[in-house]
Parts: sequence; C-alpha cells; structure tokens
Amino acid sequence: MKTKEVYMEKLFNIFNIALMLLLTLITITPFIHTFAKSLSEEYFVLAKKVYLIPKGFTWASYQTVLRNVVFRSSMMNSIFLITVGTGINIIITILCAYPLSRRKSFPGQKVFMILFIFTMFFNGGIIPTYMIVKNTGLMNKLWALILPNAVNPFNLIIMKNFFMSIPDSLEEAAEIDGASKWRCLFTIMIPLSKSAIATLSLFYAVAHWNSYFNALMYITDRFKYPLQLYLREIIISVDSAIDGSNAENAPTLGVKSATMFISMIPILMVYPFVQKYFVKGIMVGAVKG
Amino acid sequence: MKARQIKKQNSLINSIKEASPYYLMLLPGLILLIIYKYLPIYGVTIAFKNYNIMKGILGSPWVGLEHFEKLFGMSKFYQMFYNTLIISFQKIVFQFPFPIIFAILLNELKNQRFKKVVQTVTYIPHFISWVIISGIFIDILSPSTGIVNYIIQALGGKPVRFMTDPDIFRGVLVVSSIWKDFGYDAIIYLAAITTISQEQYEAAIVDGANRFQRIWHVTLPGISSTVIVMLILRLGKIMDVGHEQILMMYNNAVYDKADVLSTYIYRVGLGNMQYSLTAAAGLFQSVIGCIMLFLSNLFAKKMGESGIV
Repeated sequence: MKTKEVYMEKLFNIFNIALMLLLTLITITPFIHTFAKSLSEEYFVLAKKVYLIPKGFTWASYQTVLRNVVFRSSMMNSIFLITVGTGINIIITILCAYPLSRRKSFPGQKVFMILFIFTMFFNGGIIPTYMIVKNTGLMNKLWALILPNAVNPFNLIIMKNFFMSIPDSLEEAAEIDGASKWRCLFTIMIPLSKSAIATLSLFYAVAHWNSYFNALMYITDRFKYPLQLYLREIIISVDSAIDGSNAENAPTLGVKSATMFISMIPILMVYPFVQKYFVKGIMVGAVKG
Repeated sequence: MKARQIKKQNSLINSIKEASPYYLMLLPGLILLIIYKYLPIYGVTIAFKNYNIMKGILGSPWVGLEHFEKLFGMSKFYQMFYNTLIISFQKIVFQFPFPIIFAILLNELKNQRFKKVVQTVTYIPHFISWVIISGIFIDILSPSTGIVNYIIQALGGKPVRFMTDPDIFRGVLVVSSIWKDFGYDAIIYLAAITTISQEQYEAAIVDGANRFQRIWHVTLPGISSTVIVMLILRLGKIMDVGHEQILMMYNNAVYDKADVLSTYIYRVGLGNMQYSLTAAAGLFQSVIGCIMLFLSNLFAKKMGESGIV
C-alpha cells in the first residue's frame, strides 16, 4: 500500500514538473521566435525556415529600424511619457493621497474620497472625454496622454493607505516642533514611503510605455506617435503587404520583428525590479485595498 | 445651546483654516479630475442631443431618446452586445480557473529555484503591450507565413484561417488572453496559498491524506475567499471585454462576431464622426457596467466578503 502511494506521489511530481516546463516553454517560445526572425535574412523568414535560431544572421533589420526617423521620434516620445508623465502622475498622486489620508484633520475628506472613487465605477465614455480633450486644446499633443489620467484612483488608494500606516506620533512630534504640513509631507511622509512610491512609479511607467489606445484617438502627427502606436502602424502595414495591396513600402517581416523586440527591451531591463516591487504592490493592494 | 452651536461652527471654520495646506495640495489633482472625468459625464448629454460641432455641447438641440431608439433598432447593436457578452463570458469561463489551477500546481513544486524560474517567465507577457502580443500572434497564426499553420500542414492538415474565420477568431482572443495573463493573475492566488498554515497540511498528512486530498481539503478551502472575491470583481467588469486587444487583432472579415461596443464606438464615433449616436452607445455600456459592478458588490457582501465599496 505504501509503495503505491509513493509511486503516485512520484508520478504526480513528474507530471507537475513536465507541465510547468511546458507552460514555461509555451510562454517564452514566441519571444525567442520573434527574436530569431529579427536577426535573420528576410529570404529565410519568408520561406518559413526560421524557428528558434536565426538563419542567415544579419543585423540589417535592426539597422533599418534604428535608422528610421519616425521610430526614433516615437522612442523619444515614449521616453518623455515615462519620465515627465510618470513624474506628474507620482507628484499629483502623492499630493492627493496625503490630505486624503488625514481623516481626522481634513474636513471633507470623505467627500473628496468619494469624488475620486466614483470615477472608478462610472465615466462619461470615450466620446465625451474626447470632446473635452479637444476643447482644452490637447489634441495632437503628448499632454493628452498625461493630464486626463494623471491620477489613477486605484494607485491613489494604495498611496493613501500607505500614508495611513505611518504612525501619527511622527507627525505629531514634528508639528509640536513647529513643522508645517508641507514640511511634514516632504521630510516625514515621502522619505518613509520610498517603496510605495517606487511601486507606483513602476505601475504608471509600464502603463505609459504600453498604452496605445489614447494615442490612437488623440495623436495625428506621426512624429508625435508614442512607440506602441508606431509599432501598430508597422504591424498593420506588414499584414496588408502580405495580402498584396501595398507591397513596395511595407517593412519586411524582419524589420517588424526587430521593432517589436526593441520595444520590449526597456520592459525586460526593468523586469527584475518590477518583480520585486510589483508583487509586493499587488499584495499590499490586495490586502489593504 | 446657542453658545455650543457657535463654538461648533467656530471649530469647524478653524479646522478648515488649519487644513488649508491640505486643500492646496489636493487642488491640482482635483482640477484635473473635474475637467477630465466629471465634465465628460456632463458631456454625455450629447447622447440626448443632435450634436452640432458649430453649436457645441450647450447649443445643440435636444432630441430626447431618439438616438437610443435608433440604437436599439439596429440589429447590429444586438449583435455587438451579444458579442460583448459572449466574448466576456468565454473569457471568464476559460480564463478564470486557469491561474488558480496553475497557482495550486506551482505551489506543489518542491524545488524552489525551479518554482521561481517558472513564475518569473510566466508573468513576462503581462508586461508586454497588446500591440506586441497581437503582432506576435498575427504573425505565428498567419495562413501564409505562420509557424503554426506550417506545422499543421506538415502534419497533413489544411491551413487554418485563425484570424479571419469568425468562429475561430473568438478562440484566438480567449487563448491569447489566457497566455498573456495567467502567470500574473496567479500571483494573488499564490499569495493566498502562502497564508494557509503549515499545521493544517501536517494534520492532513497525519490523517493519511495523499497529495490530491491535501489539495482538495486544505488548499482549496484556504483560498476560497480569495477566489470568490476575484470572481465577483471579474463579473463586475463583464462589459470590459479587452478592446485594446480586439482593436489590434480584428479585421473586416470578423466584424460580425468580434465587433463589440467599444470598438464600434471608436470606429464609427471617431471614424465617421457620429458623435451623438456613439455617445449613446457609450452611455449604455457605462450604465450596464455600473449596474454589474454594484450587483456583484452586493453579492459579495451577501456572501460575507467585504466587497470593494
């Protein structure tokens, strides 16, 4: 009887390991495949001879991408979004979270809290929002991708909860010494919230890097495209070229793969930090949110 | 009595004065909130008007429910609503259990290093944009140049038109969605599993439970409240069907079965400038979404969970 149980356990373990391995491979193979195509001679790519290893190794695709003016400007635009954009996100999130965390000494805290949270459940829709963006003169400007969603209520709640977890005694001691509320914010709250700030910065930055829908609506000038929007253009044009409609100017499959891969690099570089902070962030959000 | 009331009012005014820095801090965020979140809610009134660009929102004439009548009269509308529900439903049925089972099995791995590697790799796709992921899937599923069809043909089959066959396309949406998010979605469940005390497992082993029985009687009940909360949250977002994904992957051939309200609003509203009609559609979607959210929250409270409101 015991040997059967041991046998079953071993079988389960083997099965489990095999399954996990399979899932890991399924996850990573498409990326390796794309990477291989980006380094291969176009002839082999079209002939479907490229699987996981580049054939006819060449840097040509990457050279074409990096020389492309629109690509370079879209890269700059996205960098602008994740620096200035995230900066504004974080500053405004902190500035709002601090008062909202002072439940006792901030009259109207509840009202303001409801104002922010309500937007999580109901919004005007993309058409009315589009009109407001237009009427405030943000059409075709990168600011249209920063200002309207400057504060994410979900992140606001995370920051606010974090501030609330800092002991009141610290603030009280500072106030007795004559510190103003601004001073408290800068010398006590912010230094103690470094991990939350790091986590939220990552949340915001990744969202900026990956978003394309807002840009699709508001940005018409190709040189103002963020990276993902430019990438989308490449992907769609390649497909129509395959179908034969616009074959001359279309980027090659290799170039498409190279552009995709370059767009992934910053995320992959940031990934180790993301792992550390994101997972913590989810748990904080889940437990406290 | 009056003295006490006056004292109360005074202290309220005083506390507001004292809190003035707080109001200043809140100001930028509040202004942006009002302009870009609340003004559009007012702007949604164009759903009840014939919006004329010249006359602006205020000047456009009221037409009452005319746009809604038109909307509900379009057979296309029901098709889109149906598509939204079906795709969302399919995603929930197939995508929801996957991370849970994955988390449980992952937790059973003995080698911690291997476990970490699997975890790390499987949640990479979550951080990659839909643009890239759609690009990858369109690429490998292509009937002419795609690897998947190459393999199918090598095995003797005919190439499958994954992206242009309306019936198969929905499957592509679901599968790519699972592929992208199962690793990341599992994090919550893994965190929940770690909160189950070891003693319960040890007690189960003492009672002679084998691996499956331990999973069934200890792990599953241990994470059941997390599962329920996540399910309810998910159901509340039923109208949120992943338009970023669909917009990237769809094409004329599959509009019938893949066009959903959000993609329609984008295409016809911004594309054809039918602002009022699509604003009506958007309002419809928001209201249904809101109702679902509150219903699901109510349900959560009834089941003893704390809900999200």
